[in-house]
Amino acid sequence: MNKRAVFKSWWLPVLFALPQLLLILFFFYWPAISVFNWAFSLEPAFGGAGERLFVGFDNFREVFADGEYWRSVSLSLFFAFTATGLSMLIAFVLAICVDRQLKGSGLFRFFYIWPYAIAAPAVGLAFRFIFAPESGLIAVVNTWSPDLWNPAKYGSHAMILIIICFAWKWIGYNFIFMTAGLQSIPRSLLEASSMDGSGPVRRALDIQIPLLAPTLFFLLVLNLTESFVGPDTFGIVDLTTEGGPNKATDVMVYRIVSEAFRGLNYSGAAAQSLVLIALIMVFTFIQFRFVERRVHYK
Amino acid sequence: MAEIGIKDVRKTYGSTQILHGVDLNFKSGEFVVILGPSGCGKSTLLRMIAGLEEITSGEISIDGKVVNNLEPRDRGCSMVFQNYALYPHMNVAANIGYALKVAGVPRAERDRRIAETAKIVGLEDLLDRKPAQLSGGQRQRVAMGRAIIREPKVFLFDEPLSNLDAKLRVQMRVEIRRLHKRLSATSVFVTHDQVEAMTLADKLIVMNKGHVEQVGTPLEIYHRPRTRFVGTFIGSPAMNFFDTTIAASGDHVLLDGIAQAIDPVLGGKNAGTTVSVGIRPEHCRLVPAGTINSVPANIDFVEELGSGRIVHVEIDGLGFAVSVEEGQFFEQGAVAGLQLPAEHIHLFSLETGLRLDDAPVVMRQSTPKTVAA
Repeated sequence: MNKRAVFKSWWLPVLFALPQLLLILFFFYWPAISVFNWAFSLEPAFGGAGERLFVGFDNFREVFADGEYWRSVSLSLFFAFTATGLSMLIAFVLAICVDRQLKGSGLFRFFYIWPYAIAAPAVGLAFRFIFAPESGLIAVVNTWSPDLWNPAKYGSHAMILIIICFAWKWIGYNFIFMTAGLQSIPRSLLEASSMDGSGPVRRALDIQIPLLAPTLFFLLVLNLTESFVGPDTFGIVDLTTEGGPNKATDVMVYRIVSEAFRGLNYSGAAAQSLVLIALIMVFTFIQFRFVERRVHYK
Repeated sequence: MAEIGIKDVRKTYGSTQILHGVDLNFKSGEFVVILGPSGCGKSTLLRMIAGLEEITSGEISIDGKVVNNLEPRDRGCSMVFQNYALYPHMNVAANIGYALKVAGVPRAERDRRIAETAKIVGLEDLLDRKPAQLSGGQRQRVAMGRAIIREPKVFLFDEPLSNLDAKLRVQMRVEIRRLHKRLSATSVFVTHDQVEAMTLADKLIVMNKGHVEQVGTPLEIYHRPRTRFVGTFIGSPAMNFFDTTIAASGDHVLLDGIAQAIDPVLGGKNAGTTVSVGIRPEHCRLVPAGTINSVPANIDFVEELGSGRIVHVEIDGLGFAVSVEEGQFFEQGAVAGLQLPAEHIHLFSLETGLRLDDAPVVMRQSTPKTVAA
């Protein structure tokens, strides 16, 4: 039986939907349309909102001609793949350990999930303190050898820092999905495999990873999307390195915000936003393709 | 080929004790069936032999070597699981050959042995299929193939036939028996199905609530159940029981006020005690009402089996099932006479459930019957 509430008047349902509609209108459609507007026009040197100059694809040409932009793209790609790889690898190891019911696994399962619940800027802030080269917990390594760790000075250190932040936050998320995936693998398969002579590592490679493949693929796409273009990346970069030093961590999402609101180059930032939106769409498309086509065993 | 020794093996999960000290010895090449209702600990015992379950206390040895602390892979057992536990992402050949692959057997040798095994279990044409594309019986064969390719010392079967339909079950039962004849490795087969147990076993072990109730050949167990539980569990339909007091003379008991003769020697020893009397449906006799020494019984209903029928009768609120042969007709609602032949009456103690008997019940001794196809 189909239970369905039928509204007699037209205004009541609209009233119920209104708060959400307003939110979408003001925070999604309006900005999105503005971005389009900005991306294809140029603000006159001395302002005047109504008299913006339509410049066609000039803004895009300028963005693509900029070497720093391409550097930012490659930084983003590097960041995305490394952070995703790291967080998935660690999450997998943890999930396997919890799945083996080692001592205390219930407790660890509980704790591993926490980081995902923390907002990215908070993670960034915490890591900023922990990894501060002069006073953080990490500072001790600099007493062994000066400047062994200094993300404020070395671009590579800064990149490592944001990768660790991102991985730390996303391990929890990956862990949940992997644990759920591992637990859905019938225990008897692992038992059969161990009767067949395999040890824990062999079992992971031969049985667990192949059967977890749909989950792993889903997580891979999700992690890549999030680290490449997601808000977490912005929050982490903004609170730890601010794109520095010397733009060594100037990933795309961060570059757009700093160009727009610090460089006041709205048109350039808007053009970059559109490129980013296009990339998100590509990623989402890939994601849907593969999530829809998830392999189902049995 | 290996002997298996189980010495005072116990298993507890938290505060629940699953196995209360099990002592068993399986001879090399024997086909042992462990039979019991669900939750009796039979699967746990099997998994402890396999190494999939920790042994709380006691000792399990294979070929004289204590295996308590050995990993499953070092025990030389292979196992057929109830749900087959086939690797869903591998085809039949890879499933069967997985153990060899893990052991690092070269590819050519592996392929040769896979082909050989596939032939034994009749899967030559299906080697490229994935388990999902197989029927229940075929999956069962893959599981068997996977178990035999390693040429193990011991085969363990964990209710392998319970997911099959009735017809296939009978067929696979025969094949398992045939396979055992061919490979003659020690086999331990866990089941809750008494027909499987009776037909497959050289040695039958009946378990209940974590205790071994009786060990013996299927026929010993059928004819001389050591406890009331074994009596009820073996045989279909189940043994009939009624509680009564042995007459002072020791040569009869009363059923609904009518005397039924029992073994006078045994009865004489237990004269005056209240006992549980058991008699199998196939040993009861239905005769025309009013026959001498027969108890008037109201016929409740009749179950047709084709080869015979089961007549359910009622005597003073007490239900009896009686198997009768083809050609004997009994009408529902009519009255017949029930006779209990003395030589088929089993007496059990009311307190302990143990069989009252002249001869001490021989446990843990069985003569493996010569393997018949």
